[in-house]
Amino acid sequence: MTTNATVPNAPNSSRVTTGKVRTHPTQNEGLVFEKSSPGKRAYKLPPLDVPAVDAASLLGESHRKVAGLLPELSEIEIIRHFTRLSTWNYAIDLGMYPLGSCTMKYNPRVNELVARIEGLAEAHPYRPDSLAQGILEVIDLLQRCLIEITGMDTITLQPAAGAHGEFTGILLVRAWHESQGNPRRKILIPDSAHGTNPATAAICGYQVENLKSNADGGIDLVALERQIDEDTAALMLTNPSTIGVFENEIHKIADLLHAKGALLYMDGANMNALVGKVRPGDFGVDVMHLNLHKTFSTPHGGGGPGSGPVACKKFLEPFLPTPVLKQHEDGTKHWDYDRPQSVGRVRAFYGNTGMFIRALAYILANGPDGLRQTTEDAVLNANYIRKNLEDLYELPYKTPSMHEVVFSDKRQVAKGVKTGDIAKRLIDYGFHPYTVSFPLIVPGALMIEPTESESVEELDLFIAAMRAIAKEVEETPELVKSAPHSTRVSRLDEVQAARKPILRWKPTS
Amino acid sequence: MRYLPKSPAEREQMLEEIGAVSIEDLFSTIPAEYRLTRDLDVPRQHAESEIIDYFRAAGQKNATDYASFLGAGAYRHYRPVIIDSLVQRGEFLTSYTPYQAEITQGTLQAIFEFQTMIAELTGMDVANASMYDGSTGAAEAVMMAVRITGRHKAVVARTVHPEYREVLATYAKHQAIPTTLVDYVRKTGRIDLAALEAEVTEETAAVLVQSPNFFGTIEDIAAIAEIAHAKGALLIVSIAEAVSLGVVRPPIEADIVSMEAQSFGVALSYGGPYCGVIAAKEKYLRQMPGRLVGQTTDHDGNRGFVLTLSTREQHIRREKATSNICTNQALVALMATIFLTVYGKEGIRELAEHNLAKAAYAAEALSAQPGAELLFRGAPRFHEFVIQTREPQELWSKRLLESKIVGGLDLRRWYPELGDATLWCATELITREQIDTAAKVLAAGLVEA
Repeated sequence: MTTNATVPNAPNSSRVTTGKVRTHPTQNEGLVFEKSSPGKRAYKLPPLDVPAVDAASLLGESHRKVAGLLPELSEIEIIRHFTRLSTWNYAIDLGMYPLGSCTMKYNPRVNELVARIEGLAEAHPYRPDSLAQGILEVIDLLQRCLIEITGMDTITLQPAAGAHGEFTGILLVRAWHESQGNPRRKILIPDSAHGTNPATAAICGYQVENLKSNADGGIDLVALERQIDEDTAALMLTNPSTIGVFENEIHKIADLLHAKGALLYMDGANMNALVGKVRPGDFGVDVMHLNLHKTFSTPHGGGGPGSGPVACKKFLEPFLPTPVLKQHEDGTKHWDYDRPQSVGRVRAFYGNTGMFIRALAYILANGPDGLRQTTEDAVLNANYIRKNLEDLYELPYKTPSMHEVVFSDKRQVAKGVKTGDIAKRLIDYGFHPYTVSFPLIVPGALMIEPTESESVEELDLFIAAMRAIAKEVEETPELVKSAPHSTRVSRLDEVQAARKPILRWKPTS
Repeated sequence: MRYLPKSPAEREQMLEEIGAVSIEDLFSTIPAEYRLTRDLDVPRQHAESEIIDYFRAAGQKNATDYASFLGAGAYRHYRPVIIDSLVQRGEFLTSYTPYQAEITQGTLQAIFEFQTMIAELTGMDVANASMYDGSTGAAEAVMMAVRITGRHKAVVARTVHPEYREVLATYAKHQAIPTTLVDYVRKTGRIDLAALEAEVTEETAAVLVQSPNFFGTIEDIAAIAEIAHAKGALLIVSIAEAVSLGVVRPPIEADIVSMEAQSFGVALSYGGPYCGVIAAKEKYLRQMPGRLVGQTTDHDGNRGFVLTLSTREQHIRREKATSNICTNQALVALMATIFLTVYGKEGIRELAEHNLAKAAYAAEALSAQPGAELLFRGAPRFHEFVIQTREPQELWSKRLLESKIVGGLDLRRWYPELGDATLWCATELITREQIDTAAKVLAAGLVEA
């Protein structure tokens, strides 16, 4: 660690400079509706080559008489509007985005290009299989790669995101238990789990039973053994856990479950710590989901789209969602809808195909050596941050970190500064905050995941910023508590937003 | 590896600083017997040019030069160029869910604009930030109605997209929501109102219909709403073709609208990613699934936007959340927002009218051929229609393919009672010449059949 961060100036200073950022003006921009004026246009339809119709007489009662209040603008105004809005966002393209659990890695641009190739982007989902062999081969290759990477036997790409993958995976668990004569009643979930896990179990009709973490933040084997019974359908486990630690007794966990006829579900949100180093299929996992928008570099896009493939062992294959990709004897591919034991469909069509293309492009760009190096660099970066911050921030679990490190705000709270304040102050130093107050087993958590995409220089700037903030907490805690000071807007009133919700623009008349 | 910003020497130096002898030290918590000691069996590292070549070849194998009359929940409309220029800006493309409002005002304001446009178009009070797609959105809407009414049954029109119904069945099974189907009137393709009335009871949480429905027919929403509301059930209207709202009366009598917004500037992309969205009457706001953006002010009184009412969501409520949804379709919703801004108030109507005209012409041209009949003439429709042929469709569809035309979608899988019936769609991108050619090729064999 070599760089020193300059301390950002106090509030009201006109110019803020650190090692990473300097303030500059951004454009003001109203809502698109406020810029509209009647008669402006940004479109031109070609002349109609068939006879025009009278919509009112054709549709009768069903004709729309009052148009929706959509804005009317010219093209340049639209470009400026959305470009100005974009400059108000932080992004991976601007710098480190250390959101733990979210895996904000670089999104390669070739992925965007190939997803827009005409024959792929314009393929209708119902076109005959004979005209879709190109995309079916892409899907097939991605499936085979993901099966190899996870060490599982089979896969469905249909789920639209991670939580949707969890839903699909737990349905497979349920269908299998039903085929054994009893769906069972409960799912075990560690208290360190993502919120989607219990929400998913509930949607699948299961009761959630909480599993308390042990002193290392991992699964307590004694408690687990006590809690598994004939009513336990599965354990939903994130591995590495949300504190970034590998469950080193994972095989015993799997054995305990299997001995009682329960299954092991793995939340693959942290799969980026394992790719090329170890395979869940080899350590006893029965079913898991992947997040293509985390491990496989498809862009987060401000909150989506994602893609949540579900990989599983052979015995769960009959239950996969309909349809399943199959191959004819001549090598051509087709969708198989004849799946009598299937859990059904979880989404229309076949899934977020555009994301499959991007994920496969990423795998091709890396190859086996690149995928392994990627994992190693992600783990190296997290440990480098840990090493350089553990003297100033409390490390609640001393167990070795994989791809992310979780500190707590214990020392800073003594000065009245909480994790959320430190996070906001990071913004002034030019970084996106880490994940705040999660996992729940760490009070006041700072969950930091650098990913492999950060250079030593960027890591050092981040470390310097965190160290500078720790010093500010000691010397000028108010500066931290009132951060950020350099953004377009200061802290927003969330209470007001929730108490009297304004969820849409309305014309003032 | 070209995406990794480190030199070998830097890696060594970092390891040294950490106090590790080799990178393997950092993986020592993984039991040795499970560690992978070989390369993954995936394709070797490819150059960027090779990746492009691979996908171009796949695209060409897919065949690109066909005219297509396929619709059925996935529609080919023109996508203005600036959509891709704008959504590929790194600040939109590579940012996360806007939890940190101070540095994500761009995404937040764009979503607020999206919510406003969807509310305006659907005639609802509020709309959320998006759902995965139209099928899961419809299922989530039914679950929402169950929570609101405290009832547990759903009545579903058979003219709702069959794959949407399949998805609903998957969700409903485990939520213990019994669903019953209501058939359509053979002459109009509309839901059978008498059968609906008989089916809706005091236990019905929701009636789910689609309009324009799977056959392209526009339902009588006011009449359906009356039947549902008379028994205290909610009406959910699913809209698979969002462009229809430019010219079709919005379902203002509905309580919840679940829409697939793919038509608003989103590529077909072999079925996804698309953009679902749920809109509803304001009084049902607190039971909505998914993210919501709300307006507020900062400490200095500036207008700003935040994610709000998150106590409904999984990261706060866990198993008691309104849904398990987390990631949604934000970037796709942005595409729709830009599309709607480009077309605007007048453009969306004009665009919808072009679709109406093309479909009217196509329906008449195709059904004018002897041996072909246009079904459901008794009700208004938007840009899809059903043609029944005397000649088995395997024969004429083969002839069409030879002429580089993909004809209508086979309906026998879901509606065997209609015989050789196919669902055709004509958007603004279909030309008169393509329609005339299709009619001619269709006619060639119909006469003999």
